[in-house]
Amino acid sequence: MSAYLTKLNTIRTTRILDAKDESPTIKTYTLQDELCAKANPGQFLMLWIPGVDEIPLSILNAGDGNVQFSAKAVGDATRHLNTMKTGDILGVRGPFGNGFTETRGKVLLVGGGMGTAPLLFLGKRLASKVDRLSYIIGAKTKDELIYLGELDALCTEESAVATTEDGSYGLQCLATEPLEKMLVKDRFNMVYACGPERMIRKVFDLAEQRQIPMEASLERLMRCGIGLCGSCAIGKYRVCRDGPVFTMAQLGEVKDELGYSKLGFDGSRIDV
Amino acid sequence: MSSNLLTTNIAGLKLRNPTALASGILGYTGDLMQIIAENGAGAVVTKSVGVEPNIGYLNPTVVQAKAGLINAMGLPNPGIGDYAEEITYAKTVLQVPLIVSVFGYSAEEYAKVAKKAIEAGADAVELNVSCPHVRFTGSEIGQNPKLLSEVISQVKAEVKKTVIVKLSPNVTDIVDLAKVAVKAGADALTAVNTLRALAIDVETQMPVLSNIRGGLSGPAIKPIALRCVYDIFEALPKTPIIGCGGVTDWRDAVEFFLAGASTVQVGTAVATEEPKVFEDINKGLTIYLKKKGYRSVKDIVGLSHQA
Repeated sequence: MSAYLTKLNTIRTTRILDAKDESPTIKTYTLQDELCAKANPGQFLMLWIPGVDEIPLSILNAGDGNVQFSAKAVGDATRHLNTMKTGDILGVRGPFGNGFTETRGKVLLVGGGMGTAPLLFLGKRLASKVDRLSYIIGAKTKDELIYLGELDALCTEESAVATTEDGSYGLQCLATEPLEKMLVKDRFNMVYACGPERMIRKVFDLAEQRQIPMEASLERLMRCGIGLCGSCAIGKYRVCRDGPVFTMAQLGEVKDELGYSKLGFDGSRIDV
Repeated sequence: MSSNLLTTNIAGLKLRNPTALASGILGYTGDLMQIIAENGAGAVVTKSVGVEPNIGYLNPTVVQAKAGLINAMGLPNPGIGDYAEEITYAKTVLQVPLIVSVFGYSAEEYAKVAKKAIEAGADAVELNVSCPHVRFTGSEIGQNPKLLSEVISQVKAEVKKTVIVKLSPNVTDIVDLAKVAVKAGADALTAVNTLRALAIDVETQMPVLSNIRGGLSGPAIKPIALRCVYDIFEALPKTPIIGCGGVTDWRDAVEFFLAGASTVQVGTAVATEEPKVFEDINKGLTIYLKKKGYRSVKDIVGLSHQA
């Protein structure tokens, strides 16, 4: 483990191969990186924006020596990243974390906002192997439903639902609203979720009620990315090292915190 | 684990085995520290806590070196007011002694935090007078004999439980500072904190850490830490020493015991290996002691000095 982790954890600086505008605030970046190119769906990378910050980002796609990820301008780091273009230098470490477990049968992806990225990556891997792939994705506005086209190519029409908070596309509600109906109507073999933690909590509660297996990828403040600093603690787990993907049973163990609290930059408990 | 073989104590603080979680690693929450205890640690040391909440530095705060890690977290912590609650909670779940790492910007602050930590339930305090990357605290205190002495005496005046002092290797002669610490009342010494270090990226031609300078830990510093322990034991054979710096397996631990440490702390290896590194060290140590015919790990402390 040790020598391999040392390799993964060493920062590689590389020029941006491509930076594609997805919406006024979201871009998808392509970098050449042999190690991240081997990432599995659900794994993440640490992105160094030289002179600004280093942040964890979900991997959107990996293969052929390249890795892709999307970022929405929300904080100082992502706002700066949003101004960067092809040829600019970024640093990467990783891929880190465990990733999703592949399953068969009827599979449902539930994504909120940028949390849809790792689910699209997973969907591409699963599409040809499962009986049926369904999705519910939600975002604030139509602009931010950036993976809709690619997901539609993987799923049949009747098993696809999109929601927006402002009603600019699909249903005007949160992604969890149609979920309840979908879980009543259909017996899924697995629900995969990624998005805001309150959404994940709701998905967990619904899946638990109906005893449907689920996995969720969680987000926390991360500094080291390798399970050292404890910034991403949830219960007895380190999101960066023991996760970011957790099973239903594990989510049950951290019920007191899931959807409620996390550690802030100073290590105090704050609301999610 | 055969109990008598591995039990030890640090100036009266009884440990089931001679391994402890080093400060700065995972030590925000009682739950994560208990996971470390479940993985075999004999004690845990928290993140360093000060008077006020502190968010620390921006990332990158940890950078990989060839045989270790360089970190400059900037002492992020919620402040002792909030953290006192976590200490009290941690004591309800922890199976092993809880040592709270304390820092401050004056002797008064160290004493205030230490007192509150003990009141909240800590079994001992470890004074961080050796963090190499925050101004006006840490090693800026530990490198200054007068300040070091003041800090320790004031803490000792407020705290009845074990007071451990964690020394900096970034000094001309660590033995001089060790003597100052013991004279001022330190019950035990931890040797050592990280070594001041730097990483530069060749593409951007920039230092990688947001704070530029950080502290090197891991296998790269083990021989230096070992020499520090050896030197301190030679000068102060009666003072309990906690060896810290690059301990990754039982052989490293045994080297530290032979040099004069009675306990070792493990930090970097929790991430570069797995948390069960503690269990692995204890297993290897047990086999070593039995094979060599010792009845207690205490019997090998400082043995290399006889050669």
